[in-house]
Amino acid sequence: MSVEPATLAAIAAMAAVTYLTRIGGFFIAGRLALRGRAKAAFDAIPPAVLVAVIAPSALATGWPETVAALITAAVATRLPLLATIAVGVVSVVVLRALA
Amino acid sequence: MESGGKLDGARAEMRAGAGDIWPVMVAAFPIGLLFGALCTGKGLSVAEAGLMSLLVFAGGAQFAAVELWTWPVPVAALVFSTALINARHVLMGASLASKLARFPLWARLIGFHFLTDEAWALAERRAMWRPVTPSYWFPLALLLPVGWVGGTVLGAWLGSFMGDPQRFGADFAFTALFIGLVAGFWNGRITAVTVAASGAASALTYLAAGPPWHVAAGAAAGIAAAYVAAPAEEGA
Repeated sequence: MSVEPATLAAIAAMAAVTYLTRIGGFFIAGRLALRGRAKAAFDAIPPAVLVAVIAPSALATGWPETVAALITAAVATRLPLLATIAVGVVSVVVLRALA
Repeated sequence: MESGGKLDGARAEMRAGAGDIWPVMVAAFPIGLLFGALCTGKGLSVAEAGLMSLLVFAGGAQFAAVELWTWPVPVAALVFSTALINARHVLMGASLASKLARFPLWARLIGFHFLTDEAWALAERRAMWRPVTPSYWFPLALLLPVGWVGGTVLGAWLGSFMGDPQRFGADFAFTALFIGLVAGFWNGRITAVTVAASGAASALTYLAAGPPWHVAAGAAAGIAAAYVAAPAEEGA
């Protein structure tokens, strides 16, 4: 149950920056009116960041991971989140066994 | 009777908030288990994993952080990734701010630590027919961490008995989770362009320069691609 100082510092910094994003909306409410391309760019932030984080493990690890990622993407729009994760994990275990 | 009526109103608001959030709380528990187990796999302690879920309380950013986690801790990369992933909160908060009723400053400052995609979506839905009060918001806000932090702590504890998560394919679980989350943000052609640009830029940067630069490169490419792919605004 130990807490490393460096880990605690990282967690505190992550918490602080997250809190600023949560409270920041109040201070710009009514002043921020994004439209057109600027709005599309802002809306693209979550998927762009999420994909950037997983791309190495999905695309640059091996063919089982890449195929499992494609299978997962195919079911992601149809299944709830936990079922999507289950499909991805089972796919990668089966494909790694074949590799 | 007047104060009694007001109290009944507050109680009904609380019941509505709790009733709206409980399925989300239940769903957050197993995802928290997974997060906790991944933390243990990266060498974080049970207390550290629980603290992160309690203080950061943002699933997507936390899964990204645990994926980026190395020793020594890359604090700047973690903060950068967290800020990028959570930047959407600014727009969510700005939109919700005008729909709050009877929220003193302290309730805003404390209450919005608990702003999540799910709580925000539920509050916005309610705001379509009545203002969002603290009596509605706080049960909504406070129940979700029970599932998320509870799941994290139990998962981190169980994870320490599990050994190498790769044996169960658990190392791929966050990849699958993120694919599922991206599907939730899906908005047609622009999202497809964003995903393609981000994925290509990130994978190539990872191979050429290594972590953590792939996150910044992929995010910048995806955002730029969305800007280019969107139609230009008229008369702006």
